[in-house]
Amino acid sequence: MLSLPLAVFAGTPLEGFFPNGVLHYALGGVLIGLGVSVIYLWTGIIAGASTFLETTLSYVSDLPRFNKGKYVRSRDWRVVFTVGIVAGAAVYALTLGPGGFTTEVQPWRLFVGGTLVGVGTRLGKGCTSGHGVCGVGSGSNTSFVNVATFMLLAIGTAQLVAAMGVTP
Amino acid sequence: MVFGFGLGLSEMARPEVVLNFLQFEDLGLLFVMGGAAAVTAVTFTVGVRLDRTAPLTDRLYERREKSFDRNVLFGGAVFGVGWGLSGICPGAAYASLGVGNFPILWGIAGMFLGAYAQGYLRNALSASETQTAARAD
Repeated sequence: MLSLPLAVFAGTPLEGFFPNGVLHYALGGVLIGLGVSVIYLWTGIIAGASTFLETTLSYVSDLPRFNKGKYVRSRDWRVVFTVGIVAGAAVYALTLGPGGFTTEVQPWRLFVGGTLVGVGTRLGKGCTSGHGVCGVGSGSNTSFVNVATFMLLAIGTAQLVAAMGVTP
Repeated sequence: MVFGFGLGLSEMARPEVVLNFLQFEDLGLLFVMGGAAAVTAVTFTVGVRLDRTAPLTDRLYERREKSFDRNVLFGGAVFGVGWGLSGICPGAAYASLGVGNFPILWGIAGMFLGAYAQGYLRNALSASETQTAARAD
């Protein structure tokens, strides 16, 4: 694991909140922002990750909701974008990263949580990339409200699940 | 690619890191989102100022803000519970697959199921609304 030393908060009371330092987080964030920027500058498209869920369903479902014009028009590049995310993460894992990683979080949490994420991101019109990165980056009030909502609920849920002794 | 590499480097591809953040044990993820939003803010601002179209698609550089309605709040709440339970969000889940974390397929399967379910239900709802409206005429 790339664990860069803590510099900014060393010796301050905040240090305990950043046990792994902040540098690789900040660098990762900047790269995510750059990825979104490259896509925007080349194509004018604002890159959100969760719309992929619905546009891809349009390949296999003929529900009108998934076959809206803008979904069908963008579904091919969204597959490319998603494959790019997978590939980019694989390059990281094989170069700087640990070479592979398997979560300890239990499958039912992933599955049930994933289902709620699927419903919530599509109802709420975006996820951490669409609202959190692109929306906040463009100063959209809708996105601020959405991000604040999911942050609060996510913190509450994670604390509750941990308090109930479910680990991991 | 860059987006995925960044997700890998920032370790958002690991549900444990996200869960630690949400339990206030490691607040580093604030820097991920902050760093990313800062960069996109600059790009979008510059892009809109340029007032021209993108080379590959001829789309105008513009802000596309989504309209606000109750669903933004409700969806955000449902997403929050899901994120807090599983520690995964869509982009990070795809990246997680890239680092060889195959149990994440459970999460991705759930996302498709959830997206399909809401699409199916909303489809059915709007269809019945249309019928009711038609009958009222």
